[in-house]
Amino acid sequence: MTIQFNEETFRDDYSFYNSDWAIKRFPFPFHEDSYMYAVNMEQHRGGPEGSVYEKRFDVDEHYVSEMRDRAMVLADDPLRCQSLPHMTLAGWDLLELIMVSKSEDYPDLFELNRDGNQWRWINKPLGIDDSFTFLDETTLPYGPMEYITRQAQGDFCVLDQRDEMLWMDAGMVTTQADWSLDFDIGMNFFEWHAPVPLAHEMGIFKRALKFLLNIQQGAPARRLNWTMTVNPLLDTSPENYHKWGIQKTTLTPENIGSKQHLRVELQTFFRLPRSNALVFPIRCYLCSFQDLMTMPKWGRRLHRVVRDLPEELATYKGFIDNRPMMLDYLSKFDDGLPTSPGVFPDFETEPPLQTTT
Amino acid sequence: MSAAPQKAKPGAEAIAVTVSAVVPLNDLVTRFEFKRSDGEAFPTFSGGAHTVITMNDDGRTRLNPYSLMSDPADTSTYAISVRREDKGRGGSLFMHTRVKVGDEMTLTYPVNLFSLDLRARKHLFFAGGIGITPFMSMIAQLERMNGNWELHYSVRSEALGTYVDELKYKFPNKVHVYYDDQSQSIPLEHLLDGQPLGTNAYVCGPKGMIDWVHATASAAGWPDAQVHSEEFLKPEPGKEFEVRLCKSDKTITVGENESLLEAIERAGVAAPFLCRGGACGQCETDVVKADGEFIHRDHWLDDDQHASGEKIMPCVSRFLGSLELDR
Repeated sequence: MTIQFNEETFRDDYSFYNSDWAIKRFPFPFHEDSYMYAVNMEQHRGGPEGSVYEKRFDVDEHYVSEMRDRAMVLADDPLRCQSLPHMTLAGWDLLELIMVSKSEDYPDLFELNRDGNQWRWINKPLGIDDSFTFLDETTLPYGPMEYITRQAQGDFCVLDQRDEMLWMDAGMVTTQADWSLDFDIGMNFFEWHAPVPLAHEMGIFKRALKFLLNIQQGAPARRLNWTMTVNPLLDTSPENYHKWGIQKTTLTPENIGSKQHLRVELQTFFRLPRSNALVFPIRCYLCSFQDLMTMPKWGRRLHRVVRDLPEELATYKGFIDNRPMMLDYLSKFDDGLPTSPGVFPDFETEPPLQTTT
Repeated sequence: MSAAPQKAKPGAEAIAVTVSAVVPLNDLVTRFEFKRSDGEAFPTFSGGAHTVITMNDDGRTRLNPYSLMSDPADTSTYAISVRREDKGRGGSLFMHTRVKVGDEMTLTYPVNLFSLDLRARKHLFFAGGIGITPFMSMIAQLERMNGNWELHYSVRSEALGTYVDELKYKFPNKVHVYYDDQSQSIPLEHLLDGQPLGTNAYVCGPKGMIDWVHATASAAGWPDAQVHSEEFLKPEPGKEFEVRLCKSDKTITVGENESLLEAIERAGVAAPFLCRGGACGQCETDVVKADGEFIHRDHWLDDDQHASGEKIMPCVSRFLGSLELDR
């Protein structure tokens, strides 16, 4: 498998695009025609061939451009990457996990040679060839977590586990859905989730915490989360809200199909071996409404989900003002036919959109 | 990814292993070493982690947790040390009398319910008897990280001082051993006084010792979060009782010498578990109906939950009377 990496931007002229391949494998998050919170965890042990679930760390056509965007964010704001002093060992755990996974899952793109603690890492897409001593920070240009997450798509929260609780004690966060690592650093699981509506009352976080505390080595887990983003922006951070928040008002009935994106997070969870910390990679996928509508099942379903979503959730996810315009657009792709269960597009079997004349 | 939330799987992931060495250490304790049967490297782990070993005792499956006491950085070998319990339920006797080099067995991936607090400026270890085992891997880990630690280890006699010689030889200034038969005891109050700010204390040993360390530290003003302990309970034998498993539509009898969890498993019902020692919370089960008396023995549920009669931890707790469970 060789990936053709896109030349694209996630800012200014927004030249980001999804190929047909990327649209087809987009992790559409709704397995039925409605949405409500659920812990919705499953094991992260592969998935259908070619899907984003197949590999431990998915690499796709956006890899090189995403890493370039991350470097720009970090140059402007180094606090997007932080690691409290006791988390360095967890950083090495993460570096090992990513290097081993990528070199095994994508041998044509990544190579790892290990001779005891003398390691050589080759990242062909980014043109990196570094030799270093494992567990010796002085032999890398950055700390271990920063080094490897500058080469891995998605955000990474590295959570310490103490006193039956998880603590946000390290992370690389540049592609986030409006939350700040610099604000949350050092917080516990309930503290950093405090802004989420409804879920606390539903007991979701208590159950989720219990599940996460029990994730064991060799048994990673995953779930999906989603929100909406106007323009294909990776960095929708509170720090930069003054730059991107205003863009939500630029939506018109003419441009909504190309400007409005469904933003999906593939969240995975791995127990780290030496530190007993938990790493929580949050991989962001973007797909424009017009690209989603090429899959008739997703068109029907997205309309129904957005239409029936409780007001608190539409507010929290930041699209309550634009919801009427979204529904005007999406309703044109919903002919009322039933949809098949599950998240996959079922392009071969779902009937095309029935147009009324 | 269309699946509904999945139920917890019973146990951690398994690794097929071959017994590579059986080393008697003294009259009571033997070390067992394992290699992976597939020749691959073991996963590395964090100091304080345990594994659950599966024993096939003439058709009866026994699952016992033991602390991994090998160096976590050594991925070629896992080792556990087992104290023979002549009056126990038979797992340790099976290990001592039946397990031979070359035997094929199954271990789980490491699970850590007793990990180091990596923020600590200093780690103060208190071990009693076989409670030394988790500290062996913690010490190996800290030595690689240049960690600041100190061990206070209470044993019955020189003859029963498991790993005393090795520890004293390697770390003469960090290891302090106290012999019961010479009327020596850990000067706990003195040791807890005057430790540098940011010290964390860890205790593993008999229940009395654990309670003593917690109570003394608390009285000396130590924050609870800086005092860590691990005690694996063993299921105690008890009177036979009957249980209705409502979801599986089965009625089972829990024998005198088996745990409720083992009886559930024997009936072919998959029940979640990890530590099998009342500590991890994974096997927590809802009670549908109870007519009789609970014998709660776990460390997981709090006093209110014990009193409520709505939950039971089947790995170590029992019941007198008839019980219906949501399983």
